[in-house]
Amino acid sequence: MRLEEIKDILHGTVLTSDLDLSLEVDTVLASDGMSEILAFHTPGALMVTGLTNIQSVRTAYIADVRAIVYIRGKLPNEKLIALARDKNIVVMATEFGMFDVCGILREHNMKGAM
Amino acid sequence: MTVYSEELFKRVFTVYGHNFDTAGETSTEIKSILKGLEIDSDIIRRALVVAFEAEMNVVMYANIGTVSFVITDEAIDIEVADEGPGIPDIEQAMQEGFSTASDEMREKGFGFGMGLPNIKKNSDVLKIESDVGKGTKLLARIRLDSNA
Ligand SMILES: Nc1ncnc2c1ncn2[C@@H]1O[C@H](COP(=O)(O)OP(=O)(O)O)[C@@H](O)[C@H]1O
Ligand SMILES: [Mg+2]
Repeated sequence: MRLEEIKDILHGTVLTSDLDLSLEVDTVLASDGMSEILAFHTPGALMVTGLTNIQSVRTAYIADVRAIVYIRGKLPNEKLIALARDKNIVVMATEFGMFDVCGILREHNMKGAM
Repeated sequence: MTVYSEELFKRVFTVYGHNFDTAGETSTEIKSILKGLEIDSDIIRRALVVAFEAEMNVVMYANIGTVSFVITDEAIDIEVADEGPGIPDIEQAMQEGFSTASDEMREKGFGFGMGLPNIKKNSDVLKIESDVGKGTKLLARIRLDSNA
């Protein structure tokens, strides 16, 4: 599924301007545990997390994550967004919680990495 | 006769304990270095998991440490040495789920007791030595031909 469509189905806001939203992802890494994200490493995955600290982007970069969805309306700071843009990782935010985000993604045939 | 493997690249990074702002910067830099080299992507991935988890352990538990990152013609060697509390029972620390992390660390997404198990899973050789009250030294080797 294209990142653009993921943004739409999650009623999301993209925070990294001028990154490519036509890229496809089909696998989801949903966790608030950074070691878990690394342990189930799937290149090009979509990471869904409630943690908006800078390490979430560093973990995403190490784990070759293509895009991050921050849930429950939490907004990361400018420094995080700048790092993500630098590492070519698309960042979006949605008001939905973890359950709904995963449910919606699954309804659209995305699969889990774990 | 002993044949020594040839050191092709070496960099030593300093990691500051308890500083979550810079936590992960060393591994991020290591990734940038590795991306430019012709090394199998799965070997790179394994080296990065090892580096990141070991770096985070220095940040979480120690006062200061160094990450020495070496590429030889045979392997990637990651040596992480820190000055810190040390690990009293290494076998216990290696168990999945064992953690002495604080709630604050868990809120940051770390401290689920998967770090050392992740390191073990992703390295071909792992040695950990620790002196309680002094510090810990971890040496992990990822062989360049281990995925061949
Ligand atoms: N460098 C270190 N210095 C002191 N203690 C450490 C160090 N690394 C790991 N430990 C101890 O081993 C435990 C398990 O480590 P790890 O598997 O990385 O899980 P976590 O960091 O999530 O707790 C830690 O909770 C800590 O008690
Ligand atoms: Mg750890």
